[in-house]
Amino acid sequence: MIDFELEPQVLKRLQMYHMVAENMMRPISREYDEKEHEKPWQFYETMWQAQALADVGAPTKSDEKDSGPKLRNLYTVLSTEELCWGDAGLFLSTPNSGLGGAAVMAAGTPQQKARFLKRFSEGKPKWGAMAITEPHFGSDSAAVKTTAVRDGDNWVINGTKIFCTGGEMAAEKSEGFVVVWATVDATAGRAGIKPFVVDHNTPGMSVIRVEDKMGIRASDTAAIVFDNCKIPLDHILGSAEVKREGGFKDVMATFDATRPIVAAMAIGVGRAALDFVRDFLKEQKVEIRYGISQRRLTALERDFMEMEVQLKAARLLTWRAAWMLDTGKRNNLEASMAKAKAGLVVTQITQKAVELLGPLGYSRQYLLEKWMRDAKINDIFEGTQQINMIIVARRILGYGSKELN
Amino acid sequence: MIDFELTEEQQMIRDSVGAFASEQIRKAAREADETGKIQAELIAQAWQLGLTSGPLPEQYGGGGDTRSAITGALIAEELGYGDISIGFHILAPRLVAFPVAEMGTDEQKARMLKQFSGANFVAAAAAIIEPKFDFDLTAIQTTAKRDGVGWILNGVKCNVPLAAESDTLLVYAASDASKGFAGVDAFLVPRDTAGLKISEREKNMGLKGLATHGVTLENCSVGALARLGGDKGINFSRLMSEARIAIAAFGVGLMRSAFDYARDYAKERKAFGVFIAQKQAIAFILADMAIEIDAARLLVWEAASRLDKGEDALEESYLAKNYVAASALKVTDNAVQCLGGHGYVRDHPVEMWLRNARGLAAIDGIATV
Ligand SMILES: Cc1cc2nc3c(=O)[nH]c(=O)nc-3n(C[C@H](O)[C@H](O)[C@H](O)COP(=O)(O)OP(=O)(O)OC[C@H]3O[C@@H](n4cnc5c(N)ncnc54)[C@H](O)[C@@H]3O)c2cc1C
Ligand SMILES: Cc1cc2nc3c(=O)[nH]c(=O)nc-3n(C[C@H](O)[C@H](O)[C@H](O)COP(=O)(O)OP(=O)(O)OC[C@H]3O[C@@H](n4cnc5c(N)ncnc54)[C@H](O)[C@@H]3O)c2cc1C
Repeated sequence: MIDFELEPQVLKRLQMYHMVAENMMRPISREYDEKEHEKPWQFYETMWQAQALADVGAPTKSDEKDSGPKLRNLYTVLSTEELCWGDAGLFLSTPNSGLGGAAVMAAGTPQQKARFLKRFSEGKPKWGAMAITEPHFGSDSAAVKTTAVRDGDNWVINGTKIFCTGGEMAAEKSEGFVVVWATVDATAGRAGIKPFVVDHNTPGMSVIRVEDKMGIRASDTAAIVFDNCKIPLDHILGSAEVKREGGFKDVMATFDATRPIVAAMAIGVGRAALDFVRDFLKEQKVEIRYGISQRRLTALERDFMEMEVQLKAARLLTWRAAWMLDTGKRNNLEASMAKAKAGLVVTQITQKAVELLGPLGYSRQYLLEKWMRDAKINDIFEGTQQINMIIVARRILGYGSKELN
Repeated sequence: MIDFELTEEQQMIRDSVGAFASEQIRKAAREADETGKIQAELIAQAWQLGLTSGPLPEQYGGGGDTRSAITGALIAEELGYGDISIGFHILAPRLVAFPVAEMGTDEQKARMLKQFSGANFVAAAAAIIEPKFDFDLTAIQTTAKRDGVGWILNGVKCNVPLAAESDTLLVYAASDASKGFAGVDAFLVPRDTAGLKISEREKNMGLKGLATHGVTLENCSVGALARLGGDKGINFSRLMSEARIAIAAFGVGLMRSAFDYARDYAKERKAFGVFIAQKQAIAFILADMAIEIDAARLLVWEAASRLDKGEDALEESYLAKNYVAASALKVTDNAVQCLGGHGYVRDHPVEMWLRNARGLAAIDGIATV
């Protein structure tokens, strides 16, 4: 039965996340935005110990039995929104298995999952990362040039990856790992591309650069070079066989789970901005009047309501995409719908919020300007706005990549 | 718990109304638009689906089904997929039947509901909107003044559906203008009441199949029993939420219609050697339409589910309706664009949908869930 009510037990856990967001993230938001490449270790340690993020950041635990809520992906989406309401950059930089973990979950064997992910529930804080993007491509992820060549009991990886979220933390600053996408057969196109787990500090893997960015500055974005980097044979996720079907497609399915999370990140930032504007207007004694004729509304009221309803629309699409995953329905179309909508509207919402507050919105005295900078990335990574539109368009038109590209 | 699945019963209702809408209503839409007339037989057939009588209480001859705003939204969306003019006509009796069932006194229920429980369509209408550019539901200008035990009504209304064929109009008027929503009452006014004048049928850009009229009330005297809800009165804000959700749901159906048509056309029309749907400029328009439709529907459902939980859903329904009004315009405009010059000519329905969509923003309260 159609229902939009959250269960009390979920609400309670969300309240906990809200407290973390408000009391642990917001107070250090500005500091780690300004000190771009420094790390809030105290925050990391606390988060790691609390295991508060065990189920956030990657839907890695979805097939594990535990006492958590039934709708696990939905829950992840909800908690992600809450924490990104706190600070999206800090959220992205928090130690956990990250996108690398999501790839292991999507493509690894049961043994690989257990072996590679165990580290994230013990010892010191660790990070996982996923490296697909290369200098010559981003959206066109089938254009991977990085190679993996078999050499006896090893794979030897060569290539350059850029824009790897948490790459520095995963590759060099913790006992984490980087999942690298490389081709085992350049002539096979997409089918030859496989994910490989490269452990931290494996010789031949080095971080050569950490980007300076407009927003989400607390999160490191690394360029990593693989120079005859040798890894064990069984570090290939899934099968090494090059088949025409499956393979790459299965790995792309990772995004069905992660796109709703990115959408939720966007929504968290958007909600932060909207809440800020709402409180601000209340202080100014500006009332938002619902229910009266649209022609009587002030421009401010109209803008505010537009922001509010767009955010809501994006959130409902996101919840639906996550819920579908939880209930075993294929959500590839809906995940892209949510991501495309959320990335776009939150970019617009935060920009509008800055505009509404005039010089105060632009000032670094408040976090609003930061949220506008943080929001924009959601329209870019995990598939740009346009790439998600292509996915939606192909699905509704019944086209493949040949008909629409 | 969060759930996006319809109940089996809702699915059945959606399917049967949907089948009727796409097979019967859609075919009749252009004719209704051109001639302003809807075949009585089509309306009679639609009535047989029991959309209004079903949710009325058994003791008044109704089906006794639980009235659910979500189910109502599903019905409105399907009818809207067929044609919103015809859909509004089909559901117009609800504008009297549902408020009476929900907020009327026992006497009013006994007096009014039986007629809507029968086998034949009975026209009925609500008079809410007033012909002013800044008309506002919280500042209704039509007045209701106490006159002994009864009331005297004065004012001018417009966009009253089926006014000429209805025996009773439910007229909304302010008994205390200073109180906003809370100061509005509704009165069951027989058409032959002295001082009630129904003017010529209105002419609009769209929604041309739906007969709407202006109504003038000049010192219309009605008895105490006319006031809906008796001494308790009504919850006008809730009724308007129900209306907004209905209109929004109609809009979602309209959007879906335009999308389906444009998508099919774009997959058949070739330009520069490929189907135009293969051009991102068109494919992205279609993708955007699909996203907007789903987003709009979810907003409608969310507002409806709040109503079903007993809340007034004032903010949610307002936002949802405004969202749909804007996105329906965008989506139908895009549909016309996808067809190029062929979208502009009346051979194809997309231009009609664009004209109809424009109506969603202009009207309030001419449907209900
Ligand atoms: C902060 C940050 C973190 C990131 N984290 C990771 C990570 O952890 N791992 C990782 O592998 N990558 C990561 N990325 C890379 C990110 O996924 C890519 O930047 C993104 O996919 C876009 O690729 P690109 O930058 O090469 O842009 P391009 O692919 O060059 O695209 C440029 C523009 O062209 C448009 N475009 C491209 N193709 C089409 C098409 N077919 N039709 C229409 N328009 C098109 C795009 O939408 C975009 O607007 C990250 C990037 C950033 C900035
Ligand atoms: C009232 C009216 C008066 C007219 N008067 C004249 C006249 O006097 N003389 C005359 O010769 N014609 C006239 N026309 C025709 C008019 O110029 C065409 O309708 C117009 O050029 C569009 O062509 P089309 O309708 O075939 O649409 P199509 O070419 O089929 O286009 C359909 C859709 O696909 C899009 N599309 C097409 N190709 C591409 C592409 N490569 N990339 C992206 N999108 C694409 C279009 O923008 C449009 O949205 C008239 C049309 C009307 C409706």
